[in-house]
Amino acid sequence: MSDPLSGPLARPGHAAPGPPLWLLLELTYRCPLHCVFCYNPTDFGNIGRELETAEWLRVLEEARALGSVQLGLSGGEPLVRDDLETIVAAAHRLGFYTNLITSGVGLTEPRLQALQEGGLDHIQLSFQDSTRRMNDFLSSTRTFELKSQVAALIKKYRYPMVLNVVLHRLNIDHVEEILQMAERMGAEYVELANTQYYGWAWRNREQLMPSRDQLRRAEEVTARFRERIGARMRIFFVVPDYFETRPKPCMSGLGRVFLGIAPDGIALPCQAARMLPGLTFPSVREASLRSIWYESAAFNHYRGEEWMREPCRSCPERGRDFGGCRCQAYLLTGDPANTDPVCDLSPHHHLVTEAVGRAERRQTPLPSEQPLVFRDHRNGKGTQA
Amino acid sequence: METIDTTARPAIGGGFRLQWEPAQEAHVLLYPEGMVKLNQSAAAILTRCDGVRTVAEIVADLERTYTLAGLAADVCTFIAFAVERTWLELRQ
Repeated sequence: MSDPLSGPLARPGHAAPGPPLWLLLELTYRCPLHCVFCYNPTDFGNIGRELETAEWLRVLEEARALGSVQLGLSGGEPLVRDDLETIVAAAHRLGFYTNLITSGVGLTEPRLQALQEGGLDHIQLSFQDSTRRMNDFLSSTRTFELKSQVAALIKKYRYPMVLNVVLHRLNIDHVEEILQMAERMGAEYVELANTQYYGWAWRNREQLMPSRDQLRRAEEVTARFRERIGARMRIFFVVPDYFETRPKPCMSGLGRVFLGIAPDGIALPCQAARMLPGLTFPSVREASLRSIWYESAAFNHYRGEEWMREPCRSCPERGRDFGGCRCQAYLLTGDPANTDPVCDLSPHHHLVTEAVGRAERRQTPLPSEQPLVFRDHRNGKGTQA
Repeated sequence: METIDTTARPAIGGGFRLQWEPAQEAHVLLYPEGMVKLNQSAAAILTRCDGVRTVAEIVADLERTYTLAGLAADVCTFIAFAVERTWLELRQ
Protein backbone atom coordinates (compact mmCIF):
# COMPACT_ATOMS: atom_id res chain seq x y z
CA MET A 1 0.00 0.00 0.00
CA SER A 2 1.33 3.43 -0.87
CA ASP A 3 2.03 5.87 1.90
CA PRO A 4 -1.11 7.95 2.31
CA LEU A 5 0.94 10.72 3.95
CA SER A 6 2.40 11.63 0.57
CA GLY A 7 -1.07 11.81 -0.95
CA PRO A 8 -3.71 14.51 -0.92
CA LEU A 9 -4.45 13.90 2.76
CA ALA A 10 -1.21 15.44 3.94
CA ARG A 11 -2.75 18.60 5.26
CA PRO A 12 -2.00 20.15 8.63
CA GLY A 13 -3.79 18.89 11.74
CA HIS A 14 -5.19 15.95 9.83
CA ALA A 15 -3.78 12.53 10.58
CA ALA A 16 -3.82 10.16 7.64
CA PRO A 17 -6.51 7.51 8.04
CA GLY A 18 -5.66 3.83 8.19
CA PRO A 19 -7.33 1.27 5.95
CA PRO A 20 -11.11 0.68 6.02
CA LEU A 21 -10.71 -2.52 8.05
CA TRP A 22 -14.45 -3.12 8.35
CA LEU A 23 -16.46 -3.24 5.14
CA LEU A 24 -20.23 -3.51 5.33
CA LEU A 25 -22.20 -4.25 2.20
CA GLU A 26 -25.88 -3.51 2.54
CA LEU A 27 -26.76 -5.65 -0.43
CA THR A 28 -30.38 -4.61 -0.58
CA TYR A 29 -32.97 -2.65 1.36
CA ARG A 30 -35.57 -5.25 0.44
CA CYS A 31 -36.63 -7.24 3.49
CA PRO A 32 -39.42 -9.70 4.28
CA LEU A 33 -39.66 -8.18 7.77
CA HIS A 34 -41.03 -4.76 8.60
CA CYS A 35 -39.36 -4.05 11.93
CA VAL A 36 -40.36 -0.89 13.72
CA PHE A 37 -36.80 -0.32 15.03
CA CYS A 38 -34.91 -0.76 11.75
CA TYR A 39 -32.17 1.83 11.17
CA ASN A 40 -32.55 1.72 7.38
CA PRO A 41 -33.57 5.03 5.81
CA THR A 42 -37.30 5.71 6.06
CA ASP A 43 -37.37 6.64 2.37
CA PHE A 44 -35.67 3.41 1.22
CA GLY A 45 -38.44 2.97 -1.32
CA ASN A 46 -37.06 5.93 -3.29
CA ILE A 47 -33.45 4.77 -3.40
CA GLY A 48 -31.95 3.90 -6.77
CA ARG A 49 -31.30 0.58 -8.45
CA GLU A 50 -29.22 -2.01 -6.57
CA LEU A 51 -25.67 -2.79 -7.63
CA GLU A 52 -25.31 -5.77 -9.94
CA THR A 53 -23.27 -8.84 -9.00
CA ALA A 54 -20.24 -7.72 -11.01
CA GLU A 55 -20.30 -4.33 -9.32
CA TRP A 56 -20.32 -5.90 -5.83
CA LEU A 57 -17.42 -8.14 -6.85
CA ARG A 58 -15.42 -5.10 -7.99
CA VAL A 59 -16.15 -3.39 -4.66
CA LEU A 60 -14.80 -6.45 -2.84
CA GLU A 61 -11.59 -6.47 -4.87
CA GLU A 62 -10.97 -2.78 -4.41
CA ALA A 63 -11.69 -2.92 -0.67
CA ARG A 64 -9.40 -5.88 -0.17
CA ALA A 65 -6.62 -4.02 -1.98
CA LEU A 66 -7.15 -1.13 0.46
CA GLY A 67 -6.75 -3.51 3.42
CA SER A 68 -10.35 -4.34 4.40
CA VAL A 69 -10.48 -7.62 6.32
CA GLN A 70 -13.85 -7.93 8.01
CA LEU A 71 -16.83 -8.13 5.70
CA GLY A 72 -20.39 -7.72 6.89
CA LEU A 73 -23.18 -8.71 4.51
CA SER A 74 -26.45 -7.18 5.54
CA GLY A 75 -29.37 -5.16 4.27
CA GLY A 76 -32.37 -5.26 4.36
CA GLU A 77 -32.24 -9.01 4.20
CA PRO A 78 -29.13 -10.12 2.25
CA LEU A 79 -30.70 -13.51 1.47
CA VAL A 80 -33.16 -11.71 -0.80
CA ARG A 81 -30.23 -11.44 -3.26
CA ASP A 82 -29.87 -14.70 -5.14
CA ASP A 83 -26.20 -13.89 -5.82
CA LEU A 84 -25.30 -13.96 -2.11
CA GLU A 85 -23.47 -17.28 -2.56
CA THR A 86 -21.39 -15.82 -5.41
CA ILE A 87 -20.53 -12.76 -3.34
CA VAL A 88 -19.54 -14.83 -0.28
CA ALA A 89 -17.36 -17.19 -2.32
CA ALA A 90 -15.57 -14.29 -4.03
CA ALA A 91 -15.04 -12.53 -0.69
CA HIS A 92 -13.62 -15.68 0.86
CA ARG A 93 -11.21 -16.20 -2.03
CA LEU A 94 -10.00 -12.62 -1.60
CA GLY A 95 -9.22 -13.24 2.09
CA PHE A 96 -12.14 -11.55 3.81
CA TYR A 97 -13.56 -12.86 7.06
CA THR A 98 -17.22 -13.10 6.03
CA ASN A 99 -20.10 -12.32 8.40
CA LEU A 100 -23.72 -12.78 7.35
CA ILE A 101 -26.13 -10.59 9.27
CA THR A 102 -29.57 -12.00 8.69
CA SER A 103 -33.12 -12.39 9.92
CA GLY A 104 -32.84 -15.99 8.73
CA VAL A 105 -35.80 -15.63 6.41
CA GLY A 106 -34.77 -17.39 3.19
CA LEU A 107 -31.96 -19.41 4.73
CA THR A 108 -32.83 -22.87 3.44
CA GLU A 109 -30.55 -25.86 3.89
CA PRO A 110 -29.29 -25.90 0.28
CA ARG A 111 -28.45 -22.21 0.52
CA LEU A 112 -26.64 -22.62 3.83
CA GLN A 113 -24.72 -25.55 2.41
CA ALA A 114 -23.68 -23.48 -0.61
CA LEU A 115 -22.69 -20.56 1.60
CA GLN A 116 -20.57 -22.81 3.78
CA GLU A 117 -18.91 -24.37 0.75
CA GLY A 118 -18.16 -20.88 -0.48
CA GLY A 119 -16.38 -20.15 2.79
CA LEU A 120 -18.90 -18.25 4.91
CA ASP A 121 -17.25 -17.77 8.30
CA HIS A 122 -20.01 -16.55 10.54
CA ILE A 123 -23.74 -15.96 10.88
CA GLN A 124 -25.54 -13.55 13.15
CA LEU A 125 -29.23 -14.29 13.46
CA SER A 126 -31.64 -11.67 14.66
CA PHE A 127 -34.71 -12.34 16.76
CA GLN A 128 -37.28 -9.72 17.58
CA ASP A 129 -38.47 -11.40 20.78
CA SER A 130 -38.75 -14.74 22.60
CA THR A 131 -42.42 -15.19 21.96
CA ARG A 132 -44.06 -15.85 18.66
CA ARG A 133 -46.69 -13.23 19.29
CA MET A 134 -44.24 -10.41 20.00
CA ASN A 135 -41.67 -11.49 17.41
CA ASP A 136 -44.31 -11.55 14.74
CA PHE A 137 -45.94 -8.34 15.90
CA LEU A 138 -42.70 -6.36 16.00
CA SER A 139 -41.58 -7.52 12.60
CA SER A 140 -45.13 -7.40 11.24
CA THR A 141 -44.79 -10.94 9.86
CA ARG A 142 -45.12 -14.58 10.86
CA THR A 143 -41.53 -15.65 11.17
CA PHE A 144 -40.94 -17.04 14.65
CA GLU A 145 -41.24 -20.73 13.76
CA LEU A 146 -39.11 -20.21 10.70
CA LYS A 147 -36.38 -18.50 12.69
CA SER A 148 -36.33 -21.35 15.19
CA GLN A 149 -35.79 -23.80 12.34
CA VAL A 150 -33.00 -21.65 10.94
CA ALA A 151 -31.35 -21.57 14.37
CA ALA A 152 -31.31 -25.39 14.36
CA LEU A 153 -29.86 -25.38 10.85
CA ILE A 154 -27.07 -23.02 11.90
CA LYS A 155 -26.15 -25.45 14.69
CA LYS A 156 -26.30 -28.39 12.29
CA TYR A 157 -23.71 -26.74 10.06
CA ARG A 158 -21.54 -26.14 13.13
CA TYR A 159 -21.58 -22.40 13.10
CA PRO A 160 -21.48 -20.76 16.48
CA MET A 161 -25.00 -19.64 17.33
CA VAL A 162 -24.94 -15.88 17.60
CA LEU A 163 -28.25 -14.27 18.40
CA ASN A 164 -28.99 -10.60 18.20
CA VAL A 165 -32.10 -9.26 19.84
CA VAL A 166 -32.95 -5.58 19.63
CA LEU A 167 -34.45 -4.40 22.92
CA HIS A 168 -36.96 -1.63 23.49
CA ARG A 169 -39.96 -0.75 25.60
CA LEU A 170 -42.20 -3.44 24.11
CA ASN A 171 -39.90 -6.44 24.68
CA ILE A 172 -37.35 -5.43 27.32
CA ASP A 173 -39.49 -6.98 30.07
CA HIS A 174 -39.05 -10.34 28.30
CA VAL A 175 -35.26 -10.47 28.70
CA GLU A 176 -35.44 -13.54 30.93
CA GLU A 177 -37.57 -15.43 28.38
CA ILE A 178 -35.30 -14.25 25.58
CA LEU A 179 -32.24 -15.61 27.39
CA GLN A 180 -34.04 -18.89 28.12
CA MET A 181 -34.92 -19.21 24.45
CA ALA A 182 -31.27 -18.56 23.57
CA GLU A 183 -30.19 -21.26 26.01
CA ARG A 184 -32.64 -23.78 24.52
CA MET A 185 -31.24 -23.04 21.08
CA GLY A 186 -27.69 -23.60 22.33
CA ALA A 187 -26.62 -20.04 21.60
CA GLU A 188 -22.96 -19.33 22.32
CA TYR A 189 -23.31 -15.55 22.04
CA VAL A 190 -26.28 -13.32 22.67
CA GLU A 191 -26.30 -9.65 21.96
CA LEU A 192 -29.06 -7.76 23.73
CA ALA A 193 -28.77 -4.52 21.86
CA ASN A 194 -30.97 -1.69 23.00
CA THR A 195 -32.51 0.23 20.15
CA GLN A 196 -30.53 3.07 18.67
CA TYR A 197 -32.76 5.80 17.39
CA TYR A 198 -32.15 6.17 13.66
CA GLY A 199 -34.33 5.55 10.63
CA TRP A 200 -37.54 3.75 11.58
CA ALA A 201 -36.55 3.60 15.24
CA TRP A 202 -36.27 7.41 15.25
CA ARG A 203 -39.74 7.63 13.79
CA ASN A 204 -41.06 5.31 16.51
CA ARG A 205 -38.84 6.64 19.28
CA GLU A 206 -41.59 7.67 21.68
CA GLN A 207 -43.08 4.16 21.67
CA LEU A 208 -39.77 2.30 21.80
CA MET A 209 -37.98 4.15 24.59
CA PRO A 210 -37.92 2.05 27.76
CA SER A 211 -38.21 3.47 31.26
CA ARG A 212 -35.26 3.54 33.65
CA ASP A 213 -36.98 0.89 35.76
CA GLN A 214 -37.41 -1.44 32.81
CA LEU A 215 -33.77 -1.00 31.93
CA ARG A 216 -32.56 -1.64 35.48
CA ARG A 217 -34.67 -4.81 35.75
CA ALA A 218 -33.37 -6.07 32.41
CA GLU A 219 -29.77 -5.51 33.52
CA GLU A 220 -30.40 -7.34 36.79
CA VAL A 221 -31.98 -10.31 35.02
CA THR A 222 -29.05 -10.41 32.60
CA ALA A 223 -26.49 -10.31 35.41
CA ARG A 224 -28.21 -13.19 37.25
CA PHE A 225 -28.48 -15.26 34.10
CA ARG A 226 -24.84 -14.61 33.24
CA GLU A 227 -23.78 -15.81 36.67
CA ARG A 228 -25.74 -19.04 36.32
CA ILE A 229 -24.72 -19.93 32.78
CA GLY A 230 -21.04 -18.95 33.02
CA ALA A 231 -18.80 -19.34 29.97
CA ARG A 232 -21.29 -21.54 28.08
CA MET A 233 -23.09 -18.47 26.75
CA ARG A 234 -21.61 -15.01 26.50
CA ILE A 235 -24.12 -12.21 26.83
CA PHE A 236 -23.50 -8.67 25.69
CA PHE A 237 -25.89 -6.08 27.00
CA VAL A 238 -25.71 -2.86 25.01
CA VAL A 239 -27.10 -0.01 27.10
CA PRO A 240 -29.17 2.56 25.19
CA ASP A 241 -27.04 5.65 24.91
CA TYR A 242 -29.91 8.00 25.81
CA PHE A 243 -29.42 6.80 29.41
CA GLU A 244 -25.71 7.62 29.44
CA THR A 245 -23.91 10.87 30.16
CA ARG A 246 -21.09 10.39 27.68
CA PRO A 247 -21.59 9.62 23.98
CA LYS A 248 -20.54 6.43 22.24
CA PRO A 249 -17.42 6.61 20.06
CA CYS A 250 -19.64 6.16 17.01
CA MET A 251 -17.98 4.01 14.31
CA SER A 252 -14.70 4.63 16.26
CA GLY A 253 -14.83 8.01 14.54
CA LEU A 254 -16.22 8.59 11.04
CA GLY A 255 -13.86 7.60 8.26
CA ARG A 256 -11.42 5.77 10.52
CA VAL A 257 -12.16 2.05 10.14
CA PHE A 258 -15.66 1.60 8.74
CA LEU A 259 -16.76 1.75 5.12
CA GLY A 260 -20.35 0.96 4.27
CA ILE A 261 -21.80 0.54 0.79
CA ALA A 262 -25.54 1.07 0.41
CA PRO A 263 -27.59 -1.05 -2.03
CA ASP A 264 -27.36 1.62 -4.73
CA GLY A 265 -23.57 1.88 -4.42
CA ILE A 266 -23.37 5.00 -2.27
CA ALA A 267 -20.32 4.81 0.01
CA LEU A 268 -20.97 5.83 3.61
CA PRO A 269 -18.80 6.29 6.73
CA CYS A 270 -21.73 4.92 8.80
CA GLN A 271 -24.90 3.10 7.71
CA ALA A 272 -27.05 6.01 8.83
CA ALA A 273 -24.83 8.82 7.46
CA ARG A 274 -26.86 9.23 4.31
CA MET A 275 -29.15 11.59 6.26
CA LEU A 276 -26.32 14.06 7.03
CA PRO A 277 -26.92 17.37 5.25
CA GLY A 278 -24.32 19.23 3.23
CA LEU A 279 -22.37 16.15 2.13
CA THR A 280 -22.52 14.38 -1.20
CA PHE A 281 -21.63 10.75 -0.67
CA PRO A 282 -19.84 9.30 -3.66
CA SER A 283 -21.01 6.22 -5.54
CA VAL A 284 -18.83 3.23 -6.31
CA ARG A 285 -20.35 3.46 -9.77
CA GLU A 286 -18.50 6.71 -10.36
CA ALA A 287 -15.30 6.58 -8.32
CA SER A 288 -12.73 4.07 -7.08
CA LEU A 289 -12.93 3.00 -3.45
CA ARG A 290 -9.40 4.30 -2.93
CA SER A 291 -10.33 7.80 -4.01
CA ILE A 292 -13.60 7.63 -2.06
CA TRP A 293 -11.85 6.55 1.16
CA TYR A 294 -8.81 8.80 0.98
CA GLU A 295 -9.82 11.77 -1.13
CA SER A 296 -13.57 12.41 -1.10
CA ALA A 297 -14.83 15.46 0.76
CA ALA A 298 -17.62 13.38 2.30
CA PHE A 299 -15.19 10.96 3.98
CA ASN A 300 -12.70 13.67 4.99
CA HIS A 301 -15.24 16.06 6.45
CA TYR A 302 -15.56 14.48 9.92
CA ARG A 303 -12.02 13.14 10.15
CA GLY A 304 -9.72 14.77 12.64
CA GLU A 305 -11.00 17.51 14.93
CA GLU A 306 -11.29 20.61 12.77
CA TRP A 307 -15.04 20.21 12.41
CA MET A 308 -15.64 20.08 16.16
CA ARG A 309 -17.50 22.73 18.13
CA GLU A 310 -17.38 23.46 21.82
CA PRO A 311 -17.64 21.72 24.21
CA CYS A 312 -15.90 18.97 22.16
CA ARG A 313 -13.20 21.16 20.66
CA SER A 314 -11.38 21.73 23.97
CA CYS A 315 -12.57 18.57 25.72
CA PRO A 316 -9.90 16.17 27.03
CA GLU A 317 -12.18 13.25 26.07
CA ARG A 318 -12.52 14.19 22.38
CA GLY A 319 -9.92 11.62 21.33
CA ARG A 320 -11.89 8.89 23.05
CA ASP A 321 -15.46 9.46 21.84
CA PHE A 322 -14.84 11.69 18.77
CA GLY A 323 -17.75 13.88 19.83
CA GLY A 324 -20.20 10.98 19.67
CA CYS A 325 -22.56 10.38 16.78
CA ARG A 326 -22.99 12.92 13.96
CA CYS A 327 -26.36 11.49 12.96
CA GLN A 328 -27.68 11.76 16.51
CA ALA A 329 -26.42 15.35 16.75
CA TYR A 330 -28.22 16.11 13.50
CA LEU A 331 -31.48 14.36 14.37
CA LEU A 332 -31.71 15.99 17.79
CA THR A 333 -30.24 19.46 17.21
CA GLY A 334 -30.48 19.97 13.45
CA ASP A 335 -26.69 20.44 13.13
CA PRO A 336 -24.41 17.42 12.72
CA ALA A 337 -21.31 19.33 13.92
CA ASN A 338 -22.77 19.81 17.40
CA THR A 339 -21.73 17.64 20.31
CA ASP A 340 -23.83 14.50 20.53
CA PRO A 341 -26.58 15.55 22.99
CA VAL A 342 -26.10 12.29 24.90
CA CYS A 343 -23.09 14.05 26.48
CA ASP A 344 -24.12 15.91 29.64
CA LEU A 345 -21.64 18.65 28.69
CA SER A 346 -23.72 19.38 25.58
CA PRO A 347 -25.97 22.45 25.79
CA HIS A 348 -28.59 20.23 24.10
CA HIS A 349 -28.42 17.40 26.64
CA HIS A 350 -31.92 18.34 27.86
CA LEU A 351 -33.32 17.01 24.57
CA VAL A 352 -32.16 13.54 25.62
CA THR A 353 -33.22 13.77 29.24
CA GLU A 354 -36.63 15.08 28.18
CA ALA A 355 -37.16 12.10 25.86
CA VAL A 356 -36.18 9.74 28.69
CA GLY A 357 -38.47 11.71 31.05
CA ARG A 358 -41.43 11.24 28.71
CA ALA A 359 -40.76 7.48 28.70
CA GLU A 360 -40.60 7.60 32.51
CA ARG A 361 -44.02 9.18 32.82
CA ARG A 362 -45.74 6.82 30.46
CA GLN A 363 -47.72 4.21 32.41
CA THR A 364 -48.36 1.36 30.06
CA PRO A 365 -45.59 -0.41 28.16
CA LEU A 366 -47.86 -0.80 25.16
CA PRO A 367 -48.28 1.79 22.45
CA SER A 368 -51.42 3.80 22.85
CA GLU A 369 -51.09 7.42 21.77
CA GLN A 370 -49.85 6.96 18.23
CA PRO A 371 -49.51 3.88 16.08
CA LEU A 372 -46.15 2.25 15.40
CA VAL A 373 -44.94 2.79 11.86
CA PHE A 374 -43.87 -0.51 10.32
CA ARG A 375 -40.95 -0.48 7.91
CA ASP A 376 -42.73 -1.48 4.73
CA HIS A 377 -42.70 -0.39 1.15
CA ARG A 378 -45.78 1.78 1.45
CA ASN A 379 -44.42 3.67 4.45
CA GLY A 380 -40.96 3.64 2.86
CA LYS A 381 -42.00 6.12 0.19
CA GLY A 382 -42.43 8.71 2.88
CA THR A 383 -40.27 11.43 4.33
CA GLN A 384 -36.62 11.23 5.24
CA ALA A 385 -35.89 10.94 8.97
CA MET B 1 -4.17 -20.74 33.59
CA GLU B 2 -3.57 -24.40 32.80
CA THR B 3 -0.08 -25.82 32.36
CA ILE B 4 0.64 -26.85 28.82
CA ASP B 5 1.43 -30.44 27.91
CA THR B 6 4.39 -30.16 25.52
CA THR B 7 3.28 -33.23 23.56
CA ALA B 8 -0.03 -31.54 22.64
CA ARG B 9 -0.49 -30.27 19.08
CA PRO B 10 -1.95 -26.76 19.07
CA ALA B 11 -4.14 -25.64 16.17
CA ILE B 12 -5.92 -22.38 15.38
CA GLY B 13 -9.34 -22.48 17.05
CA GLY B 14 -12.59 -22.95 15.16
CA GLY B 15 -13.99 -19.69 13.81
CA PHE B 16 -10.56 -18.02 13.87
CA ARG B 17 -8.37 -17.29 10.89
CA LEU B 18 -4.72 -16.28 10.89
CA GLN B 19 -3.37 -14.32 7.94
CA TRP B 20 -0.75 -11.81 6.85
CA GLU B 21 -2.15 -8.35 6.10
CA PRO B 22 0.12 -6.26 3.86
CA ALA B 23 -1.85 -3.07 4.63
CA GLN B 24 -1.10 -3.47 8.32
CA GLU B 25 2.31 -5.07 7.84
CA ALA B 26 1.32 -7.61 10.45
CA HIS B 27 -0.25 -10.98 10.99
CA VAL B 28 -3.81 -10.70 12.22
CA LEU B 29 -6.16 -13.14 13.84
CA LEU B 30 -9.68 -12.74 12.53
CA TYR B 31 -12.81 -13.86 14.33
CA PRO B 32 -16.50 -12.95 14.07
CA GLU B 33 -16.71 -9.19 13.57
CA GLY B 34 -13.30 -8.66 15.14
CA MET B 35 -9.56 -8.76 14.68
CA VAL B 36 -6.42 -8.99 16.79
CA LYS B 37 -3.28 -7.48 15.32
CA LEU B 38 -0.42 -9.72 16.41
CA ASN B 39 3.07 -8.69 17.46
CA GLN B 40 6.00 -10.57 15.97
CA SER B 41 6.43 -13.09 18.78
CA ALA B 42 2.75 -13.97 18.87
CA ALA B 43 2.76 -14.35 15.08
CA ALA B 44 5.91 -16.49 15.15
CA ILE B 45 4.22 -18.90 17.56
CA LEU B 46 0.72 -18.94 16.05
CA THR B 47 1.92 -19.47 12.47
CA ARG B 48 3.55 -22.69 13.69
CA CYS B 49 0.37 -23.99 15.36
CA ASP B 50 -0.81 -26.27 12.55
CA GLY B 51 -2.29 -29.11 14.61
CA VAL B 52 0.57 -31.34 13.46
CA ARG B 53 3.61 -30.08 15.35
CA THR B 54 3.79 -30.57 19.11
CA VAL B 55 4.48 -27.73 21.52
CA ALA B 56 7.99 -29.15 22.08
CA GLU B 57 8.65 -29.16 18.30
CA ILE B 58 7.39 -25.59 18.00
CA VAL B 59 9.71 -24.46 20.79
CA ALA B 60 12.67 -26.24 19.15
CA ASP B 61 11.84 -24.66 15.78
CA LEU B 62 11.61 -21.17 17.31
CA GLU B 63 14.90 -21.61 19.16
CA ARG B 64 16.56 -22.73 15.95
CA THR B 65 15.06 -19.97 13.81
CA TYR B 66 15.88 -17.14 16.20
CA THR B 67 19.06 -18.72 17.62
CA LEU B 68 17.80 -18.36 21.16
CA ALA B 69 17.66 -20.84 24.04
CA GLY B 70 15.23 -21.38 26.88
CA LEU B 71 12.06 -20.23 25.08
CA ALA B 72 9.87 -23.07 26.42
CA ALA B 73 8.42 -21.18 29.40
CA ASP B 74 7.49 -18.08 27.37
CA VAL B 75 6.00 -20.10 24.53
CA CYS B 76 3.93 -22.20 26.95
CA THR B 77 2.70 -19.08 28.73
CA PHE B 78 1.58 -17.60 25.42
CA ILE B 79 -0.04 -20.84 24.27
CA ALA B 80 -1.98 -21.08 27.56
CA PHE B 81 -3.07 -17.45 27.10
CA ALA B 82 -4.21 -18.19 23.54
CA VAL B 83 -6.04 -21.39 24.58
CA GLU B 84 -7.91 -19.44 27.24
CA ARG B 85 -9.12 -17.04 24.53
CA THR B 86 -9.94 -19.99 22.23
CA TRP B 87 -7.48 -18.67 19.62
CA LEU B 88 -5.87 -22.10 19.90
CA GLU B 89 -7.16 -25.57 20.63
CA LEU B 90 -4.92 -28.39 21.82
CA ARG B 91 -5.02 -31.70 20.02
CA GLN B 92 -3.33 -34.92 21.11
